[in-house]
Amino acid sequence: MEMPVPNANVVSRKARLVERLRDVLPSDAVIDDEFETRAYECDALTAYRCPPLCVVLPRTTEEVSAVLKICSDMGVPVVPRGAGTSLAGGALPTADSVILGVARMNDVLETNYDDRYIKVQTGRTNLSVTGAVEADDFFYAPDPSSQLACAIAGNIAMNSGGAHCLKYGVTTNNLLGVKMVLMDGTVVEVGGAHLDASGYDLLGLICGSEGQLGVVTEATLRILRKPEGARPVLMGFNSNEVAGACVSDIIKAGVLPVAIEFMDRPVIRATDAFSGAGYPDCEALLIVEVEGSEAEIDEQLGVILQIARKHDPVELRESKSAEESAKIWLGRKSAFGAMGQINDYMCLDGTIPVSSLPFVLKRIGELSQDYGLDVGNVFHAGDGNMHPLILFDANKPGDLERCEAMGADILRLCVEAGGCLTGEHGVGIEKRDLMVDQFTPEDLDIQMKVKDVFDPSWLLNPAKVFPLKSSETRRAA
Amino acid sequence: MLEPTSEADLADIIRRASEPLNIRGGGTRGISAPSGQVLSTRSLSGIELYEPGALTLVAKAGTPMSEIETALASENQRLPFEPMDHRAVLGTDGVPTIGGVVAANVSGPRRIQVGACRDSLIGVRFVDGQGTVLKNGGRVMKNVTGYDLVKLMAGSYGTLGVLSEVAFKVLPGVGASATLTLRGLPVPQAVQAMSAALGSPFEVSGAAHDPARQETYLRLEGFADSVEYRARMLTEQLASFAKADVISDPDLSAATWKKIRDVEPFTGADGDVWRISVKPSDTPQVVNRLSDAQCLLDWGGGLIWVLAPTSTDVRATLAGIPGHATLVRGASTVRFHPEAPTIAALSATLREKFDPRAILNTGLMGVATPAAA
Repeated sequence: MEMPVPNANVVSRKARLVERLRDVLPSDAVIDDEFETRAYECDALTAYRCPPLCVVLPRTTEEVSAVLKICSDMGVPVVPRGAGTSLAGGALPTADSVILGVARMNDVLETNYDDRYIKVQTGRTNLSVTGAVEADDFFYAPDPSSQLACAIAGNIAMNSGGAHCLKYGVTTNNLLGVKMVLMDGTVVEVGGAHLDASGYDLLGLICGSEGQLGVVTEATLRILRKPEGARPVLMGFNSNEVAGACVSDIIKAGVLPVAIEFMDRPVIRATDAFSGAGYPDCEALLIVEVEGSEAEIDEQLGVILQIARKHDPVELRESKSAEESAKIWLGRKSAFGAMGQINDYMCLDGTIPVSSLPFVLKRIGELSQDYGLDVGNVFHAGDGNMHPLILFDANKPGDLERCEAMGADILRLCVEAGGCLTGEHGVGIEKRDLMVDQFTPEDLDIQMKVKDVFDPSWLLNPAKVFPLKSSETRRAA
Repeated sequence: MLEPTSEADLADIIRRASEPLNIRGGGTRGISAPSGQVLSTRSLSGIELYEPGALTLVAKAGTPMSEIETALASENQRLPFEPMDHRAVLGTDGVPTIGGVVAANVSGPRRIQVGACRDSLIGVRFVDGQGTVLKNGGRVMKNVTGYDLVKLMAGSYGTLGVLSEVAFKVLPGVGASATLTLRGLPVPQAVQAMSAALGSPFEVSGAAHDPARQETYLRLEGFADSVEYRARMLTEQLASFAKADVISDPDLSAATWKKIRDVEPFTGADGDVWRISVKPSDTPQVVNRLSDAQCLLDWGGGLIWVLAPTSTDVRATLAGIPGHATLVRGASTVRFHPEAPTIAALSATLREKFDPRAILNTGLMGVATPAAA
């Protein structure tokens, strides 16, 4: 993956930069040791690594502002970092950049059940937001798979989703307000506990902007009362097409499950062997979960099972207890781990219209044969967000490149089918150069103009999202 | 009046324009630029794609709302956010369009449960102030590819670009519906009752209060047995506030919410109409300060509709309270709430990027051009 040539002028002034940062931060908040900065050389896209110039770990919005002022003044690129769980390389440093990590800013600032929101510092992890309100029967809805580790800062940067967004939406639908520091150090407040913007929806623009418009230090998040209960049902089918048709029929019937998860045979076999979930050996498997009181769950599952029976399922397994529910989810939740045990893998994130599911799965199978690389499919079927896992061997020369080429073909296929490159992981560096397949130069230019407004010098996370060629003149300016 | 019949035609008109343009969908929403040649999107009309199994609908911006609603109803689906019809309260006529709904980010009572118009909007095509055709988002409901200009376009009142096509995530129809009515509650207690209901696990899809009648309304939707169960549970939970009457007749229940959605109590009455957005627990204080005005609360109290004597400075009642007030009907040209200087500056610069010649709805929203800021 091509990255810009580090700015030699910036690198040569490292000592002065570190000195200035130490003036405004406590001594333990600046890391410039070459060994220690290694810990920040990559995020969860581990194929690409580059130690930054230095790392800062501020504890307050004021400290973030002071850091950005200095970097702005000295023309130093800044890469914001939440928990470093990005699969897209969103927090990958460049050799001339400062990593600004918000991990130490993890306080709950306010909890309000009457108005149903929580205000947190953005270094707080996703799961611990729910943790803060769980005892009072509330929760924060977006639930990315990495929720134990990932930070709200990164969730906002990537507009993260999760398994339950068919009903609850993604981060942008659950974010009410932010405090954000612009690259010049200005602190702005956007939104709040009230609904909707008085003018332009800047909050909607900030969410999903991959840390390129500002550093979000505080967030006001919508919290919801927990449902009385939830129960999944597992269904096995003899073909991907039939499973896809079943998904479509469930949605059309007027039931809105909180989750519809899909796994194909390679993933079913791998996860079953790994987790002992007891999955049937079939072509396609669906896990459909509904919520409500016991009676409400029975009613909804009744409708869903009736539809499933019309599609000749090889297995229908309705959970009868919390243990059985956990077992049904067990395999799905360990799917990435199970595939990782077989081989190295690359996880894609394209989204397609649900109606194109059979066609896209068939084409992925053909590509798998062409490239000679195995693919497993596990994804959120209700919303068409696919996660093809391409297996490769990182120790075999040329395998990573072949895998990336195949991944690019699959993502182009998603765009051709009417979908998009990324549903919830973000563009980062991983899909940066494929943006031209989804957008015209004009479509990209208007987005880059938005960055011009917030960060005219293009110092915040500059080598991400946009193809390097498209952003070249702006970054050089 | 300029009336393009295709997106290319629209782009051409804007590219050639040398004077400000007054962008109009159906012209029913009451907020438009003070001057400029009218550019209507009504001939950019028609549903382009509707896939009930994928919960997706794509339509040209000038498509009448009635056409969209009819198509969705035929598959027992709906736009989740329940957009209001402004015609009665504003005394406007014309045909409301889907583009107008997006441009004004119009959301009704169900906004508290399913989000605003912008939350269901998944894609836009539009023409910027230079006449360039642009797209953002698409037709899938999970999409984080590039910046989210879809949200930015919603509620930008045609000042950043003229919408040519919009795409939505839709939802299954609601099935059964019931409305609980609590009587005799003053505003502070009504807001508390609504908060208690919205903080319950019973999936309340509407929470409104009419202070003039001292009536509090709570809506439940879904499968019939489930609605009945939740109505019972909620009645029990709210018993300490007041005894709830349950309306299970779907037509009566629907009529109650249409009244609230379209602010019917204010129809035909003299005065200015305002919309205030605050967090619900601040609402009693705001209502208290508005002693000369008539109020109607929606969104669990977070939305205050205000009918105030002409030229009342309703914004003054928000002193020290976070939120905003928009003038929906009235003579003043300052319709939108003034923003903090840094936010106003960012917004003005954004506008300059999208419309450098300042020809789209000039004079509407904020300042006309950054140069004047």
